[in-house]
Amino acid sequence: MLFKENIARIVFLSASILSAVATLLILGFMILLSLPVLETGMIWGILTDPWSPDHGRFGILAMIVGTVYISSFSLLISFPISLGCSFFIQIIHPDSPGRFLKLLVQLMTAIPTVIYGFVGVFLLVPIVRKVFSYGSGMSILSASLMLAILISPTMILFFSQSFARVPKRFLDATEALGATSFQKLFYVILPNAWTGVFTGLVLAFGRAMGDTLIALMISGNSVVLPSSILDSARTLTAHIAMIIAADFDSIEFKTIFICGGVLYIMTSCGILLARFSVKKRVR
Amino acid sequence: MFSWCCALLLATGFMFIVGFLVVKGYRGINLELIFADTRLLDAFFLKRQVFGGLFPAIIGTLSLILLSIGFALPLGLASGIFLAEYASPRLKSFFSLMVDILAGIPSIVVGLFGFSITIFLHHFFSSQIFPCLLISALSLAFLILPYIIKTTQVAIESLPLQVRLTAPSLGATKLENIIFVLLPSALSDIVSGIVLAIGRCAEDTAVIMLTGVVATAGVPRSVFSNFEALPFYIYYIASEYSNSSELMKGYGAALILLLISAGLFALAHWIKLKIEQKTRFGY
Repeated sequence: MLFKENIARIVFLSASILSAVATLLILGFMILLSLPVLETGMIWGILTDPWSPDHGRFGILAMIVGTVYISSFSLLISFPISLGCSFFIQIIHPDSPGRFLKLLVQLMTAIPTVIYGFVGVFLLVPIVRKVFSYGSGMSILSASLMLAILISPTMILFFSQSFARVPKRFLDATEALGATSFQKLFYVILPNAWTGVFTGLVLAFGRAMGDTLIALMISGNSVVLPSSILDSARTLTAHIAMIIAADFDSIEFKTIFICGGVLYIMTSCGILLARFSVKKRVR
Repeated sequence: MFSWCCALLLATGFMFIVGFLVVKGYRGINLELIFADTRLLDAFFLKRQVFGGLFPAIIGTLSLILLSIGFALPLGLASGIFLAEYASPRLKSFFSLMVDILAGIPSIVVGLFGFSITIFLHHFFSSQIFPCLLISALSLAFLILPYIIKTTQVAIESLPLQVRLTAPSLGATKLENIIFVLLPSALSDIVSGIVLAIGRCAEDTAVIMLTGVVATAGVPRSVFSNFEALPFYIYYIASEYSNSSELMKGYGAALILLLISAGLFALAHWIKLKIEQKTRFGY
């Protein structure tokens, strides 16, 4: 009997170790495969140069900037909306309209990103092109708008969770003092739930950064540093997807592992930040 | 007022996306879309390859789901059980950090990892190894592994203490407790987590794009061959359609994928409702 117990323990333990190893292995592979490029001392050039393979320059700066632009902009759009929605769900209408909205938001988490991309190409891009009559309509703006819809469920669910933890007597007291719901949100709920809000923001940023399909399909993928939100831009994720078709032995191909590494490190930092703030709250 | 606007804005945005697909796509959905001009029975028994229909893509997606759930499920269940029942606090915080990071890695980086493993195997083991169904399924398994681990762990940990402690206090061993008490009581929660993981498999495009999906391959003959998949088909149509009938097929495919994910979501939700009912009257 004891023997069986031990076997089970070992099996469960090794499964966990295997999953942890997988996480580290991915980082390991990214670093290992970008080593040939790193060793040549080109790392600074790669991080700052423009991307023009014909001239032997393989900088990914434009892609990093594109990634940051698109994800920050989508966060900017969806943050107020998500805040409003979670306030709606949790505080104003916790009864049926709120429940309905929550169900809708949960359903939205299940919608494939490729569908957002597809609708973006055939619905949003023509609209943006007509409204601004500038360029092809494939721009940072269109990609951010679509991404905003993609990431808002993450934020809404996280925000309303942290709103729910605000003690009910605080809310009752505020209401008894005759506060408007706007004052309630800004002076009572946000100060009490800001760590949760921050964590939700960080996670949503990671999700926006990690998404490939929307950026690849509707941001236009140009490699020039964007100067306005109507310009097209390329994200790191889309860059990887596009270069993968190139020749295996070229330097272009090797630099995409640096892109992968950069993405990995950026998202892991986000996770660490989120965990850190959660821990602080628990204390 | 503000939050009403936000709620309405989000809901209309979502309705626009779904409505656009339904209006444009519903005419495209018929048997011809799926089977082209091949007879139904012939297609089902693989007597003839279906050309021009969505049948191979649907089969490809299905086999992808089956394979990757097959890889990820045992591993995820075992590590989830370990984290919930066996791990010491320090070990637990380390492993759950790893799981969180793995969950945060952009799917394209996971795909890149799968791709680099393929190159690695190609170089060192056999030159017969190319991107294929098996590699895609393995990489997807890494993508959904953290979800399965998390749901298993949370499902077991959120069981009431009296359920977790009764059997051991009656003399059951830890393993017996897990197999006969904990897993059955947490089963419905775990199953709804798995259903959501299946949804992730069905929708993900970035991973398979890098690891062996192609636009036309027919029904996959073995796990070592290329394959088609619905989300990739949608992406492919959006970027390189040549005439309106192809575009129509894209709309149809997008609508089918949307229905599949909405159906999976409804299934998970239904399972959840069932447990809520059970816990209200049980225990």
